[in-house]
Amino acid sequence: MTDLSNSTPLAPPRSQWLSVWDQLKKHKGALMGGSFLLFITLAVLLGPFVWSLDPQKIDYRSRDFRPIYHLLFDADAKAVWGHPLGTDQLGRDGLANILAGGRTSMAVGWSAMLLTLFIGTLVGVIAGYFKRLDGPLMRLTDLFLSLPILPLLLVAVTLFRQPLRANFGPEGGMFILIVAIIGITSWMPTARIVRGDVLALKEREFILAARSIGTQPGAMIWRHLLPNVISPIMVSATLGLAAAIITESALSFLGVGFPSDFPTWGKMLADAVQRMEEFPERVMLPGIAISMTVLSVNYLGDGLRDALDPRIRGR
Amino acid sequence: MLTFTIRRLILAVPTLLFISLVIFLLLELAPGDPMAQVPLTVPPEVKEKMREALGLGQPMHIRFWKWLVQFFWIEPQVLIDHMFGTAYSVGDLRVISWQTRSPVMDTVVQRIPQTLWVVGTAYIVGILIALPIGIYSAYRQYSVFDQCGTFITMIGFSIPPFFTGPLLIVIFSVQLGWFPFIYDTTHVVNDWDSFVYQLRQMILPVMVLSLQTTAQISRYMRASMLDNLNQDYVRTARAKGLSESVVVMVHVLRNSMIPVVTVIALGMPAIFGGAIITEQIFSVNGIGAQLITALFANDLPTVQTLTFIFAMLIVFFNLIADILYGLLDPRIRYD
Repeated sequence: MTDLSNSTPLAPPRSQWLSVWDQLKKHKGALMGGSFLLFITLAVLLGPFVWSLDPQKIDYRSRDFRPIYHLLFDADAKAVWGHPLGTDQLGRDGLANILAGGRTSMAVGWSAMLLTLFIGTLVGVIAGYFKRLDGPLMRLTDLFLSLPILPLLLVAVTLFRQPLRANFGPEGGMFILIVAIIGITSWMPTARIVRGDVLALKEREFILAARSIGTQPGAMIWRHLLPNVISPIMVSATLGLAAAIITESALSFLGVGFPSDFPTWGKMLADAVQRMEEFPERVMLPGIAISMTVLSVNYLGDGLRDALDPRIRGR
Repeated sequence: MLTFTIRRLILAVPTLLFISLVIFLLLELAPGDPMAQVPLTVPPEVKEKMREALGLGQPMHIRFWKWLVQFFWIEPQVLIDHMFGTAYSVGDLRVISWQTRSPVMDTVVQRIPQTLWVVGTAYIVGILIALPIGIYSAYRQYSVFDQCGTFITMIGFSIPPFFTGPLLIVIFSVQLGWFPFIYDTTHVVNDWDSFVYQLRQMILPVMVLSLQTTAQISRYMRASMLDNLNQDYVRTARAKGLSESVVVMVHVLRNSMIPVVTVIALGMPAIFGGAIITEQIFSVNGIGAQLITALFANDLPTVQTLTFIFAMLIVFFNLIADILYGLLDPRIRYD
């Protein structure tokens, strides 16, 4: 039993985020996932400055190099330190391509995730806060949930590719298209979770108190509701990031993604499948990159969910 | 229960109409001319006639209505004619593919068994593996088995099918040479050897698809078991002196299956979506492969029909999940 007579607190109150961080530190998977995500993000951001070979440079004389680790078990392997991850059938450097491809995949992942969160949170908060809009918005969410996502994605990307390319350039147009389509088709779970939480929060006393001093709806949402629904939003952010990276790679794999000379992980994998009997590493490397990134994001999400849940945090 | 079912059924109609409208508008608003492939030497008035022959002359709402009639009125008639030998649909215009100039549904009917075989087997295998894993890892929470299970399901979540497919091909077809890596859809099963061959060629696609199912369903099963294991009725059952196997496998399992059953029903359409990629990898000529070829050939009627079939699958399985939930859990029914 603590001594209740002593009324001065022994230590200053800890901020909520500090205790979240404490809990997150205990989750080894989340910590490893988070640091791997940080590592891969920094690598694709800064890597091209360190490893400055042009990923697009075609060099027929140095094509079909194997990765450098092949020397370990095969001393005669065709591998040089100049191309540590080998080259492809056109002599483009593997490492430079992985870095450049990662840049695209991560950029698509992050932007699509932010767009998803924005739409989802907006719909969720509005549906939860304004009673009149709740019914229609939730029916809309249900309708969107019953859309066949992958077929629709394929249809939309194939059909709208040309005009966007004409307006924003081949890469820019495709980027906008893919991010927009992933955003539009995957906001529904976030909206549902946020709406549920807002509905529960609305019944709490502090909302009543805020309303009694005349807080406007805008300020109410911004100051009181949003900070309290930030934890489910963060968890669905990690899920959204993982889903967006996989979706982008799937589109590239099916051949409807970015233009053919623009490396992404999914496209590298798809291009390498033809010759994977001779060069399995060209399938493995981008595949491992995608899987490790998604795995780390998923682990981070798992840890965040535990850390942000105050019922679990004490344990 | 009947009113509950009927209410759900009625709710599904506007959903389907909305989805068909979305798909129709998406294809309608998309730029791109179906006449783009026609040579430039063809005079414009002939092109105009070809356009009308494809049914593109009329305004948008009329074409939407015509498509609805074709899909929901004429195609079922064709099906009835086919099954009972009647002649309701003689002379009616069906949805014609621009690619093959034959009715879209005829091709779909040819393609669907391949998809169903692979997808269905994969789903059943996935469920059969997932349920015991989920039950045991919940029963021994935080044990080594549970930790391994969590790790494997995480991997199953994270590795996309377009990576597991080539990976398994490299390992089992190229290195070990155990299974063929192309699914031969013309293969006919008529004796034991051909049956064994069919099994062998199904193993790889089924493995790829069922990895995802297993990961998802075993997570749900574990979570649902954990929710129930700490409930009071479990303590009561143990206090009554029931054996541990009866407590877990009868009392807890039956209650925790309620959400899992609906998740199983809801996951069905997602598996069809994932099958698009798997069919592409293993060259299964199912409806996913048909969608991809139709897309690249700019064959809009086929794309429209197939996308709508996928949507119908989703709505149908959502309905089944809802009804199952109501059937299994009376609290939902009387809401």
